Amino acid sequence: MHSWRIGVGAVLLGLITVMAIAAPLLAPFDPMAISGPPLLPPDASYLLGTDMLGRDVLSGMIHGARVSLIVGLVSALCSAGIGITVGAIAGYFGGAIDRALVRFTEFFQVIPSFMFVILLVAILTPSLLSITLAISVVIWPPVARLVRSEFLTLKTREFVEAARSLGLSHGSVIVREILPNAMPPVLAVGSLMVATAILTEASLSFLGLADPNMTSWGYMIGSARPVFRHAWWLSVFPGLLLFLTVLSITLLSEGLGDKSNPSLRGQAGH
Amino acid sequence: MRFVYAFAAWLPRALLVLVAIGLLNFFLIRLAPGDPASVLAGETGASDARYIEEIRKSYGLDQPLWLQAATYLRNLATFDLGVSYRMQRDVADIIGERIPATLLLTSTALVLAIIIGTLLGIQAARRAGTWQDTVISAFAMLCYATPVFWVGLLLVLLLSVHAGILPPFGMSGLIPKSGFAAVLDALHHLVLPVMTLALFYFAVYVRLGRSATVEVLGRDFVRSARAKGLSERQVLRRHVLRNSVIPVVTMAGLQVGQLLGGAVIVESVFAWPGIGRLAFDALMQRDYNLILGIFFVSSIMVVLANLITDLAVRSIDPRVGRS
Repeated sequence: MHSWRIGVGAVLLGLITVMAIAAPLLAPFDPMAISGPPLLPPDASYLLGTDMLGRDVLSGMIHGARVSLIVGLVSALCSAGIGITVGAIAGYFGGAIDRALVRFTEFFQVIPSFMFVILLVAILTPSLLSITLAISVVIWPPVARLVRSEFLTLKTREFVEAARSLGLSHGSVIVREILPNAMPPVLAVGSLMVATAILTEASLSFLGLADPNMTSWGYMIGSARPVFRHAWWLSVFPGLLLFLTVLSITLLSEGLGDKSNPSLRGQAGH
Repeated sequence: MRFVYAFAAWLPRALLVLVAIGLLNFFLIRLAPGDPASVLAGETGASDARYIEEIRKSYGLDQPLWLQAATYLRNLATFDLGVSYRMQRDVADIIGERIPATLLLTSTALVLAIIIGTLLGIQAARRAGTWQDTVISAFAMLCYATPVFWVGLLLVLLLSVHAGILPPFGMSGLIPKSGFAAVLDALHHLVLPVMTLALFYFAVYVRLGRSATVEVLGRDFVRSARAKGLSERQVLRRHVLRNSVIPVVTMAGLQVGQLLGGAVIVESVFAWPGIGRLAFDALMQRDYNLILGIFFVSSIMVVLANLITDLAVRSIDPRVGRS
């Protein structure tokens, strides 16, 4: 019943990914270069119009997919790395280590994370690296909590006991025995991290904290703010693509989540 | 008495978080390329040697690192957040003036999102699997995936530029009003920013309300309540709502930090005169001391909100915190 979400999400995300990879081939103009008169509404030669400087909006959108997807994917991977490490160690070892790591996780959960990201990026100066790094630092807590709770239940199972009695080291029990079994729900939450990271990057670049050498959707919308009342195409189209990207990932994540946790499916109380 | 215990448990944790944020701020300044004194002065245009010297003295930048950290924390403890060299004023004063506007915006948005979102979520759970559920869940998912700043701009285009119903920015009209008219004017200006900020959180509470209710509806006490002949309304009111609300309140507490982040976006879109807009302006002018101050004050607001939610959960569910 929920597999349509995975289908629609995958097709949509697939198209956007192809667009990002083949950007130089697909884009009609150089996204950073002046290619026509400024503020031209959508027409036959500039399908989605031009911006204040005469740059082609469609080309900017096609190239902007690269920043969104790279930042989304890399931040999600890094934050999954942090979250899995913290959660696995906390859940596996328990005791004082667990308590300390839970506090540590809680700290990152309560701080005003977007303000922290703004601070980090502003201080490190905006670049693809600093943006990705700052986002990874704040979005990992949900992964850590999830991995910890999975480890708490899995570590008491027989196959883990068996592995331990065979004399496997803590490291290999964690990585080879428990982690693979904890992965399905982590995958669902991890894919949602991609969406969070993409939205955060877009918000940052909307506020002007964008890598100056690359076009990004948030930056396109943000920089068009002084004229957006008249030149609606400058904010509507890039925003629509951003929305579709996030929607496709959310659909995928929900589909994966339902699949990995069938007990939540179809529960109804009439 | 329970509330006193809650407070006693909260205080040391809150202090720990604030000290950690203070230290984080302290090291962030040192992370920036260049001399910390010129970072605090706000990079460009702050070449005035007198200011740099003044900063160096007040932050003790010529002393060893641990002593500098101690000085920094001591200043924070007395709410001395330093001076914004751009605005030539105390950071604490600037932020203090802006807090009421942010509180008005964020609390209105959060309360609306919680009430409407949770009620729709409960409705979706009661009608799970029907078209009502599908419509509510799909709408929530669309709201969840929509970038906040984009919604804001679209709403301005639709409701102010084209329809001309709502004012697109600010907190009051150009002609100053007084008394009741002024309140109405502020409310009128509040509609768009609140709608924008509330949409995302609304989606969160629909999902949370739905999943919590689906779970509660399957419990034994609901079956017993139905079996003893309570009407559906009574079951919902007395048993389902009370239990579904607990995760909602807990989530609200966790989200205050995020909400303040959302305020940065929404306030900068709508020129709402709160600390979010202030953070945006400070960012544009690279006024680091002011941004650090805003981050610290926001953290205090988050920590206070955690206490409030903890007390709220305890009063809804007496079992919490009883050992």
